[in-house]
Amino acid sequence: MIRRTRHAGGTTWTGLAWISPWLIGFTCFTLVPVGLSAYLSFCQFNALRPPVFTGTENLRTLLHDPLFAKVLWNTAIYALVALPLGTVLALFYAILLNMRLPGQVLWRAMIFLPTLVPLVAVAMVWQWMFNGRFGLINQALAHLGIDGPNWLSDPNWTMASMVVLSMWAVGHAMVVYLAGLQEVPRALYEAAELDGATATQRLMMVTLPMISPTIFYNVIVGIIVSWQIFVVPYVMIPGGGPGRNAYFYTMYLYDTAFVNHRFGYACLLSWVQLVIILALTALAARVSRTWVHYRGAER
Amino acid sequence: MRRSTLSRAVATAVVSVISLCYLLPLAWMIGTSLKPQEDVSTTGLSLLPEHPARIGQYAYENYYAGRPTFVDDAGIERAGYEGVLTSENVHFVVFLRNTVIILVLSVVGMTLSSAVCAYGFSKIRWRGRNVLFLVAVATMMIPFPAVMIPTYFIFKHLGWIGTFRPLWVPAWFGNAFNIFLLRQFFLQIPDDLCEAARLDGMSHWAIFWRIIVPLSKPALLLVALFHSIFVWNDFIGPLIYLNHQDQFTLALGLQCYQAQHGGTPWNLLMAACTLVTGPILLLFILTQRTLIDGIATTGLKG
Repeated sequence: MIRRTRHAGGTTWTGLAWISPWLIGFTCFTLVPVGLSAYLSFCQFNALRPPVFTGTENLRTLLHDPLFAKVLWNTAIYALVALPLGTVLALFYAILLNMRLPGQVLWRAMIFLPTLVPLVAVAMVWQWMFNGRFGLINQALAHLGIDGPNWLSDPNWTMASMVVLSMWAVGHAMVVYLAGLQEVPRALYEAAELDGATATQRLMMVTLPMISPTIFYNVIVGIIVSWQIFVVPYVMIPGGGPGRNAYFYTMYLYDTAFVNHRFGYACLLSWVQLVIILALTALAARVSRTWVHYRGAER
Repeated sequence: MRRSTLSRAVATAVVSVISLCYLLPLAWMIGTSLKPQEDVSTTGLSLLPEHPARIGQYAYENYYAGRPTFVDDAGIERAGYEGVLTSENVHFVVFLRNTVIILVLSVVGMTLSSAVCAYGFSKIRWRGRNVLFLVAVATMMIPFPAVMIPTYFIFKHLGWIGTFRPLWVPAWFGNAFNIFLLRQFFLQIPDDLCEAARLDGMSHWAIFWRIIVPLSKPALLLVALFHSIFVWNDFIGPLIYLNHQDQFTLALGLQCYQAQHGGTPWNLLMAACTLVTGPILLLFILTQRTLIDGIATTGLKG
């Protein structure tokens, strides 16, 4: 008790001094920009003209902007397909690797490696992979007697290409799942086996509930990341390709600001994106109560 | 028992095929970078050029010296091309230098400032500490696009657009994710150690440098590693803040190889990609354990 009172006085300032780099950085590079962006959403300006307050004009533009509707739809579809698919794939790899197979460390490294490749290089390598005539994918398909599509120039396939490509980057989630699986007590499996549980039952009733907090974490990260997809389509399919079918939210945001110099409108777009991401995260957190089990909950 | 051996064999086969598929795009990138231009569209699925014995010569031409005019198989004389490293229009070495300057300034700042903040969040008791820490963790979710435009204008106001400053100065103010990571590590260091040092009259600064830093080398290395990879790969930052080709980083400069020619010379583009990806792959091979364990633990604790 005595110790606490002695601490309370002077150390608050000491503590604040130690965290001051984050405090200053957070204020200058997050708090002020987000606040400023909220105000600028109601203004129109470009690099030469200072902001002019135009009230709800940007908002009205937004509601009638077909391109906004398009990128919203594209990004939602991408997130809705790529995220569940990626989660299942990453879990599948992790469960396989967790069987303590020979060469486990090597396989893990090989699947993880692509997540480290610079995204610009990823975009270029896959542009070449997806090449309609000479690309590895279509040449391999040709060997199987399949006439592969023009992945990046056929409007029906651009979105699919982006989803396929996102499957190449599930190594990060896999590493996290694998670590989660290794923390599941062996005793639980032994008990389940004694009770006569089949492999499927063990997966559904032991493995998945036990690693549900890890799945939850990865889903949250996945939501945030997939709604921000930018570099790969920006380099690979400028403007989102034919029909703009692979034109995503952040690409539109970037083009609005730095190509068309409609900064006020772009601020509004960025705020809408932030609200969407926060809302989806909150939704995921709400839904998670029904399926995420925290081992420490009863503590 | 027998069944389980069989299923393990099947699982191993499946995993090894999948893993090879994951490596294939990178293998094809390197393979293409070692082919002469006329082989790129004719060698089909092969990872090797038509004359594998000449691979050294092709590597030398694509990566370094370029190729003078040559006569193709049909007997037609074709214009040569410039190698990636010696191209007169695109200065790979300049990109590399720029990247290294930003990387060093940024990584030193990030590691140091995150460690200092993490100390404040873990080894000093003060009112409001936990609340502020929660704020820090919660704001990790705010995506970069949300702050991109106002931040651009702040830097513009400071006259920093077209300089390296927007790319490394913010790193000196730490980052919530790295602070979080280091704080978890510092919390494992017994408080008794620090309190004994306090009783001996050591200042927080001295404790930080003489006790915490030496004991946390693996965690500090991990933060430096994470941030190095981030800076090396960062595209959107340089895209927004740099406007002259002489300032470009490697990630941004790669695009110049694409735009330079009308039809993309895939072998050269893949050589450039290999050069940019190579150091990251090397770093991964050297630090595999630290990196993967680091991702695993941060993922589990989040």
